Amino acid sequence: MRLKIFRVLLFLFGMIICLPIIAVVLGSLKSGKELSDALSAIIGATGGSVQWHLLPLYPTGMHFIKLLFYTPEFFTVFWNSMKLVGCILLGQMFVAIPAAFGFSRFSFRGKYALFLSYVILMLMPFCVLMLPSYLVLKGMYLMNTHWSIILPAVFSTFPVFIMYRGFAAIPKELYEAAKIDGAGDWQTFIRIGIPLGSPGILSALVLGFLEYWNMVEQPLAFLEDLSLWPLSLYLPEIDLRRAGMALAASVITLIPAVFVFFMGQDYLESGITASGMKE
Amino acid sequence: MKLFKKWSSIWQSRWLFLLPSMAGVFVFAVLPFGNMLIQSFSGGLINYKTVFTNEAFHLAIKNTFRFVGVGIPLLLLLSFAAALGIYKSKWVRLFKSVYLLPMAVPTAVVVLIWKVLFHREGIGNQMLAFFHIEAVDWMSTDAAFVVLVISYIWKNLGYTIVLWIAGMAAIPDSIIEAARVDGATQGQCVRYMVLPQLKPVFYTITMLSFLNSFKVFREAYLVAGAYPQKSIYLLQHLFNNWFTNLEIEKMSSAAVLLAVFFALCSLSLKNLWEKEDAY
Repeated sequence: MRLKIFRVLLFLFGMIICLPIIAVVLGSLKSGKELSDALSAIIGATGGSVQWHLLPLYPTGMHFIKLLFYTPEFFTVFWNSMKLVGCILLGQMFVAIPAAFGFSRFSFRGKYALFLSYVILMLMPFCVLMLPSYLVLKGMYLMNTHWSIILPAVFSTFPVFIMYRGFAAIPKELYEAAKIDGAGDWQTFIRIGIPLGSPGILSALVLGFLEYWNMVEQPLAFLEDLSLWPLSLYLPEIDLRRAGMALAASVITLIPAVFVFFMGQDYLESGITASGMKE
Repeated sequence: MKLFKKWSSIWQSRWLFLLPSMAGVFVFAVLPFGNMLIQSFSGGLINYKTVFTNEAFHLAIKNTFRFVGVGIPLLLLLSFAAALGIYKSKWVRLFKSVYLLPMAVPTAVVVLIWKVLFHREGIGNQMLAFFHIEAVDWMSTDAAFVVLVISYIWKNLGYTIVLWIAGMAAIPDSIIEAARVDGATQGQCVRYMVLPQLKPVFYTITMLSFLNSFKVFREAYLVAGAYPQKSIYLLQHLFNNWFTNLEIEKMSSAAVLLAVFFALCSLSLKNLWEKEDAY
């Protein structure tokens, strides 16, 4: 019984946690007038306080129409984000999948030390690698281009680690059977490794998408032109005076992330578990 | 001819799986980091001395530790309680979705919510007024620290709950049942059966929460800029500002210090994983 009450409380607490997200989505449907009235305490000097009602009085899609059809810079920024995330994840597929397979399948001298250094690198915060990355990127004349974000991220060791966990779960007998049947390393990789290791690969993709869609530190340090910025930097720049636009832009930023989240929740969970524990 | 043979054997060898990843990691992380390491000692230990006597560095270290010291215990406690309530529930998936959802919300959207919630005339103060607590000027007093802790917990609660649940799921039901048959209460079961079993998981989760706590910089930066209220001036702010002012010497030695610290952290994490294996 006590447990039941506790669970109900937990559920209510969970609702409170989700409330801000719901408020943003519903708020984006409010009319401009309603928003400026509600926020007048923040944007004007009229005094009073914020009066926020969850449900819009007169729901309207105006802000979305304005944003999508009359705000070309939003378009640029949105596609910048898409391009960055797409290129990074695609690159990671080509680099990290074979590497993770290599780590799980082969044994060689120095493997332990090599893998350990991958783990250490994976856990380094961005401030440690900021200056080194900057020096390399500058040397390659890549500063202030999208490559300065894409290339270091493609060689991130995090996906290697997550995928490694997936490949390591494949039973060794399968490889041996394939070997007896005369399959080479690459054939085993493509026929057995990728299909059976795909949960790990998808986990890395889901975690990667959420991470890179939300990138702040790297573009902040390496991109100067506003026209190259991703959504995550552009969005906070929208003044609250244009609250409708800011809310609509937030919703559009949310959509891909939430979509990936719900499609890949199982992979997300197994990715989180893989990041923390050895199963 | 011999050389050609050697190359062709490399081409066919297993190293090819690892080569692209290793090359990229070497070029974008190891090599420049080594370069920075050497440069940081260019004037002997002078650079390190300047960093250690730098007042902003002291402030940033102090704040970062304070944040970690308050945020992580709170996060661990809350998530553990929630995980205990959830993990045997029928609705475990729903619960997880609700608590994980903030992970999918890009920081830029969070920032918008902050601005409305924690403005002087905002919703946060209205809630306080409801409990007859005096209004707080969130972003320009020490209360900014509270806001930062709240947003860290908001974002990481689901992640940590998933880790706890994974740990709890590994405890065999038979142990708990046996204890119940012997007349142990639910509380006793948790105290004497579940907690000791979760010890290794606890260390791992603590370490991961620490590493994730560095991401809170995004919120702090996007809402309050490069020079926020003093209590939330974190190490990442300092690095960012040194970077903007191109104070390479200070930055490189501080980055080396931080790297050493984090390498030690990750080594201990690795040890924990290996201990877990022994169980």
